Amino acid sequence: MIELQAIHKSYQVKGVAITALTDVNLHIASGEIFGIIGHSGAGKSTLIRMINFLERPTQGKVVVEGVDLDSLDDEGLRQFRQGVGMIFQHFNLLGSKTVAANVAFPLEIAGKSDKQSIDRRVDELLDLVGLKRHKHKYPRQLSGGEKQRVGIARALANHPKVLLCDEATSALDPQTTRSILQLLREINERLGLTIVLITHEMDVIRTVCDRVAVIDSSKIVENGPVSQVFLHPQHETTKRFVQEAEHFPAEDVSLTLGDAARKTIRRLTFLEDTVHQPVLSRTAREFGIDFSILGGRIEQIKSITCGQLTIALEGDNTRVHQALAHLAAQGVTVEEVAL
Amino acid sequence: MNNVLNAWFSNVDWLDIWLATVDTLLMLGGSLTLVLVLGLPLGVLLFLTSPKQLRDSHKTYTAVSFLVNILRSLPFVILLIAMIPVTVFLTGTSLGVMGSIPALVVAGVPFFGRLVESALREVDRGIIEASLAMGANTRQIVLGALLHEALPGILAAATVTAIALVSYTALAGVVGGGGLGDLAIRYGYQRFQLDVMFITIIFLLLLVQILQSLGTRLVQHFTR
Repeated sequence: MIELQAIHKSYQVKGVAITALTDVNLHIASGEIFGIIGHSGAGKSTLIRMINFLERPTQGKVVVEGVDLDSLDDEGLRQFRQGVGMIFQHFNLLGSKTVAANVAFPLEIAGKSDKQSIDRRVDELLDLVGLKRHKHKYPRQLSGGEKQRVGIARALANHPKVLLCDEATSALDPQTTRSILQLLREINERLGLTIVLITHEMDVIRTVCDRVAVIDSSKIVENGPVSQVFLHPQHETTKRFVQEAEHFPAEDVSLTLGDAARKTIRRLTFLEDTVHQPVLSRTAREFGIDFSILGGRIEQIKSITCGQLTIALEGDNTRVHQALAHLAAQGVTVEEVAL
Repeated sequence: MNNVLNAWFSNVDWLDIWLATVDTLLMLGGSLTLVLVLGLPLGVLLFLTSPKQLRDSHKTYTAVSFLVNILRSLPFVILLIAMIPVTVFLTGTSLGVMGSIPALVVAGVPFFGRLVESALREVDRGIIEASLAMGANTRQIVLGALLHEALPGILAAATVTAIALVSYTALAGVVGGGGLGDLAIRYGYQRFQLDVMFITIIFLLLLVQILQSLGTRLVQHFTR
């Protein structure tokens, strides 16, 4: 569906080349919600703009639905863009136009001139995002969440196959964020739309994404299904994102724990069945060991429930290892935690 | 009432005042219309060709900008006199209402154009980015988004321009352009009839007040 091949992007700022992306390869499948997470300045804004060629790669290829974007002329590129929706962190609505006129704008751009059919489509879209009663209001009269809903309606106007979300929830409060993410998920399921989103918030990725790529200093450092990347992070940046979300202050823990205990700190991941069973306490009883919980959470990754505990094990060394092997046999993923 | 007016303003010929007012309004109306029609595209051109904008063109921007700066740096009186041959060629006269309009337009267009350019610059860049992402071409972005968003700023610019033109029409009196300014110079300055000058000042002041409050109201109406 969307293919980024060996993308390299650099800018010239006062004669100095600044690298925004290095050797980026991504494949985004049709109908999935693909997240790109990174800190500000990592290059994620540039990356998402490659997909509709608002930014052109210095090297490499962008192929969307079999079309190499570089092969399009100006008119071809405009046609292509009419089939790709985009929403923004600051909404970018026209403040001087009503909600209805904002949603109608992309239809006019696409050359539709029949007032009635435009109006019908606008009603349909406002209905979809739940804003029909605000049709004749101006953006200034709406809340942040409502503005983003207008943005979504506008992005969907020309029946796009792809929706690009540029930090779409970063300016919203947590509750509004959740409702917007919910809407994106509904749209994805109902319209079969491919969604690519960038964010710096773990929660966004966890709530809606199927797959995720982690970007750090212009490189993709990790890439895969959300549950895999976040439950078993490999790269430092990913680990930091996960730690931020799980409130596990590694430095504090290493200060307060004794040396012996520090050696057997493990992160346990419980998926599906094991989440709701007393696997851990049974194992502890069986092997006669103790454990203290250093951090943990139970959460939804899209529709999968999973739990993660970071524990310090105490007791006879061989028994501790037997217990860990036993846990692994029960379907719990056991990982060493470096402090 | 009439007696009081006649006693205080013994030198004032009210018919003259009336004719001069009409002349001023004609000069203003004629020149303002042309200035708006010609200055708006000029402002759009300046904006689009300026660095990092949609039609970034160093050559065009520098050339147009230079021309605009030249016209704006000429004092209006000089422009008025220097333009006489052109004015005669265009209108057949260098006197009266028709004789002053070309100079007013030449002075007003670059003035308004610059103001339009800066009004367009005030529009959030995100609007342009969103329009590009929707697949809009430059014409659609300018007509469908930019001018719409910048309308309050452009109306404010038009108001400032109209008021500047009022003071230019007063100067046009120097070369026999007619209007209230002409009256003030001929009677007030040359014949030292202060009452005539006082009346023309009142009329000009009223005109400026009316233009400003009209402009402000329009700006408010279109600010969302």
